[in-house]
Order: sequence, then C-alpha cells, then structure tokens
Amino acid sequence: MTTGDLTTGDLTAGAPAGRRGRPRSPGPPRGPARPAPARAPLGARLRRVPLLVWVFLLVPLAVELFWVFWPAANSFSLSLLRWDGITPAEPVGLQNFADLWSDPIFRTALRNNVAWVVGFGGLSVLGGLALAVALNKPGRGVGLYRSAIYLPMVVSMAVTGLFWRVMYQPAGPVNAALGGLGLEELQRQWLADPDVALAAILVAAVWRQVGYIMVLYLAGLKGCDATLEEAAAVDGANAWQRFWRIVVPQLRGVNTVVFAVTVIDSLRTFDIVWAMTRGGPYNTTQLLSTYMFQQAFTAGNLGYASAIAVVIFVLAVGFIITYLARQARAEEES
Amino acid sequence: MTTVPATTPTPGTSLAGAPPAVRRPRRARSPWLHVVMVPLTLLWLSPIVFVALIAVRSFDDIASRGLAALPASFTWEGLSTAFTGGSLLRALGNSVVVTACTVLASLLLSSWAAYALSRFAIPGRKSLLLVMLAGNLLPPQVLLVPVARISESLGIADTLFALVAVQVGFGIGFYTFVLHGFMRSLPEELFEAARLDGAGAGRIYLRIVVPLSRPATAALAALATTWIFNDLIWALTVLRSESKFPVTAALLNLMGGYSSSWNVIAAASLVAAVPTALVFFLFQKQFVSGLLVGSNK
Repeated sequence: MTTGDLTTGDLTAGAPAGRRGRPRSPGPPRGPARPAPARAPLGARLRRVPLLVWVFLLVPLAVELFWVFWPAANSFSLSLLRWDGITPAEPVGLQNFADLWSDPIFRTALRNNVAWVVGFGGLSVLGGLALAVALNKPGRGVGLYRSAIYLPMVVSMAVTGLFWRVMYQPAGPVNAALGGLGLEELQRQWLADPDVALAAILVAAVWRQVGYIMVLYLAGLKGCDATLEEAAAVDGANAWQRFWRIVVPQLRGVNTVVFAVTVIDSLRTFDIVWAMTRGGPYNTTQLLSTYMFQQAFTAGNLGYASAIAVVIFVLAVGFIITYLARQARAEEES
Repeated sequence: MTTVPATTPTPGTSLAGAPPAVRRPRRARSPWLHVVMVPLTLLWLSPIVFVALIAVRSFDDIASRGLAALPASFTWEGLSTAFTGGSLLRALGNSVVVTACTVLASLLLSSWAAYALSRFAIPGRKSLLLVMLAGNLLPPQVLLVPVARISESLGIADTLFALVAVQVGFGIGFYTFVLHGFMRSLPEELFEAARLDGAGAGRIYLRIVVPLSRPATAALAALATTWIFNDLIWALTVLRSESKFPVTAALLNLMGGYSSSWNVIAAASLVAAVPTALVFFLFQKQFVSGLLVGSNK
C-alpha cells in the first residue's frame, strides 16, 4: 500500500478519479517539460527544472536546515564544553559524559525513561489494540465509544497533566473512588509519594495515548483480509486462535510503526511530567527530557544539558532509522 | 481491558435474536461489548467530567466539601478569575496567533517542497525527502539549547516570531513527506494537459496542485493545529516574558499563582482544551485521517 493511499485513505472523495491503480513505471522521474523525442542527458534534464521550482525546494529546505539540522549539529559540539552561557566556554572533551555516568539523578532519569518506554508503550499498545479489535466492526454505539476513547488526544499533554493533578489531589476523585470501593488502604498522596508518582503520571499519559494507538490499529484492521478470517472460522478456529494466527500476523506493518512511534514519543515525553511534578518528589519522576531541560534552563549548565540531549538522540536514533526505513520501503513499493 | 478481545463477535452466539437470514452471522454481536464498553467509556470520560464539575463550583464549596464531592454550588467565579487574574485571554490570543501563523507558513512551505520533490527531476530527491522527514523525528531536546542561543543571537529571543519560526522549521519535514505522498499520486495527464495549454510550473502549482491537494492539506491542518496549539516545550525554550506565553505555558504559571484555587485551575485548563476540542469535533474525519498519515502499513 502506498503512503498516498493511507494518507488519503478517508480523503479520496475529493481526489480526481482514476488516480488509484494507475500503472506507473518506476522509471525516470517525470520532469515538467519531458523532452519529446529522445531522452536528454542527465545534465540537460536537470536544467529543465524551472528556477521557480528550485526556489520552491530551497526555501523550505533552508528553513529546516537553519532551525533543525544546524542546531542539532551544534548540540553535539556543545556537549563537549563546560559552559554556563555567560562566561567563556571551556572545552572538556568527554568529561560531561563521564560526569553523567556518575550522576545519580541522571541514572534515575535513565532508569525511569526505560520504565516509561516499557510502561507507556506496553499499556497503550495493549489497550489500543484491544479497543481497536473490540470496536473494529460497526455497530450500535461503536462510533460513540471510539470518539470517547480518542477524545483525550485533543487535550494537550500539559492540560492532561493538570486534569490529572486535580484527580490525584489527596481529597480528589481518585482517592474518593478508592474510598467508595472500600479500598482505603490504597489511598495516598499520589504525586507526592516517591513510590507511585511516576506510575501515576504514566496512567495519565496512557489515558491520552490509547486513542491514538487505537486509531492506528483500526486502520490496520481495516486493511486485513476478512476472507482469511472467515476461512479460518469455517475450519473451526475459535476467536482467540483467529486473532493470534490470522489477524496479528497481518498487522506486522502497523506494529513496526506503532513501535517506533511509541519509543520516539516516550523519549520525547516532557510536558506531562513538567505539568504534574517537574521531576519531583526528590527527582523520582525525572525523565531524561525533564532533567535535560532543568540542567539547561534552570541550572544553566548548557554543556552538561547538551550531553544529556546527545544521550537522548543516541537512544532514539535506532528507532528513527527503523521508521525511516519503513517509510522508504513504502516509497519504493508505490 | 485485556478481556476485550474475547468480546469480538463469535459466529452463532446471538443468532437467535438476529433478524432473518439476510444478516451474516459475523454481524451478530454479543451484549458483552456494551457491558464492557459502557463503564469503560464513562471511566475514560470521567477526568474531563470531574474537571468540568470542579470548574463550576465555588471556592468555599470546594474548601468545605472536598474536590471529589458533587457540586453544591454553581458559579462562573473560577472562569472569570482565570480570565481576569490569570490573563487567560491574552494567552489564548498568543496561542491563536502562533498556531495560525505556524500552520499556514508550514503548510505553504511544505507544499512548495512537496511539489518540487514529487513532480520534478530533482537529483537525489528520495534521499532529500527522507532527510527532511528525519529532521522532524529528532527529539526536540537535541535542539533546545542551540535554538535558544540562535534566537538570542538573532535578536528574536522572546518573540512570537521566533516561536513560529522554530515550529515551522521543525514541522516542515513531516508535512512535506505527507504532501509529497499525496501529490505524486495526482494523475500525470492533468499536468500534461496544463503544459500543453502553456501553463508554467507556478501556474500549475496554483491551479492544479493546490486545489487538488486540499483533502490532504485539510487533514494535516487539523492535526498540525492541535500539535502547535498544544506545544509547551518550544514556548518554554524560546519565550521568557509571561505576556507572550501561549496558553499551555500560561496555565502552568497560573498553577503557581492559584495553587489552592482548584476551580480556577480547572476552569482554565478546560478553556485551554476547548479550541483543540472544537477542531476535533468540526473536523473529526480530517483529524482521524490526519492521525493515520505517515503510519502506512
């Protein structure tokens, strides 16, 4: 399936007829002024890209280079400095990374981030997949359920944090609900208790993420071949077997995307922690991103913060490449 | 939640009550779906409902009866305090300006790049496209410190312009990638015909590419609007003065100022969620298809 197809899966109504399934040779790119009789040599064809089109390409490219690639490169060189942004910078080689390794808060942040990737990814994928399977076939109320599940997605991470701060107040709804269920011993100061604060934030984040994962899996299920499942049913496979043997294998592509997206998102997570605890109590909810932000903009250790940023990049890069490789393959196929 | 897959309709379970034969057995649903989903849906919506209930209660009501009690009072006090004391209106204004400018500028620039990359013999265009996309996948943390330094040295630190610029730069790669996928699926015949009529690249862009990519652009716009409006980290990185804060950052400040006035905080967070919720309800279809972009199977 092409990117174009899914991109536009639900949008094709407005697209011109006949754009689907038109055979297209993977041959040379079609220039605007394709030379009529014979193929011109490469250099000549390139010149046929009009000046305006070069401008069209180079302006956005320059903007991205300036605001993304140039700063990213800078981060790497900054990570080799000790610098507070005011006094002259002092090159320290890899000392920042050595310091990181012996920094207990960094280690906590790293550990928390690993737990976050597993918890955030695991719970939202399980929840999203389960809901997608349950709500895949149309029926009464299904649209309503779906909307309710992905409604939290429109609430920003920061506002989600505030919502749940209200929920987690000592006299708030969560504790009241536990009391109502007779589970008084579970009541606690959710965000002030080092043992549960990170898990409490995780619940809030998953609440928002499940809808997104559900939408991705719903699209994946739509693309599954229903006749395979029917055939298996005829052969006597039960619902559980059909799900694991027939449906799940067909979702491999979606799984890759969901996996990459979730890990990248987990490493980026900042807003919700910042809104709920700012890394507290006693740095027990620090993630790499929040610790990096504090080092950079509260403590003013620009070099040290950049070193944390480099660590985040190194952790993310494998998943970025996975995602890109998948997109590249999809490009090839179409 | 893991019990949900078990509720997928099993052939033959509730056929008895199903209307005559025309219906295929797979359609039959067991009532378990609703038994599980109704409470789950209510649970899912409960944080929003609770915050809404708290928002309309008076300070005294909350102080005396606790956050979890049902409202015994109804007042707009929280809302009006948020607007007057918390300068929520100014923050909303900043958010709207930043969001509108960012979405327009990024979609314009990306549609240029996507047009160039999808319809012209640009050397190395595939790699270029993937590199642009890669830029958007970078963790923003890698960019924060240098972006703050760059905007300072350009003299645009602490301006909404800088916030727009950096978000445009960061988003372009993704929007270009998506629009590229759409634009290259437009039929070549249209372009041929336009060329025969003597239209140049610019005219073709305006008369063919822009109108025909409207569905993809709309989906991206719905999605980008919520992303940009909900941004926090770029605002905290680029902006210093409170008067320029968008609503997300202003809310966190408000939190400090009114830390025990839960009705004010609840009202303000609801207000901050309303614009994106509106986008969601008005453009639900575009929004959902926007979510799917870039997640091709």
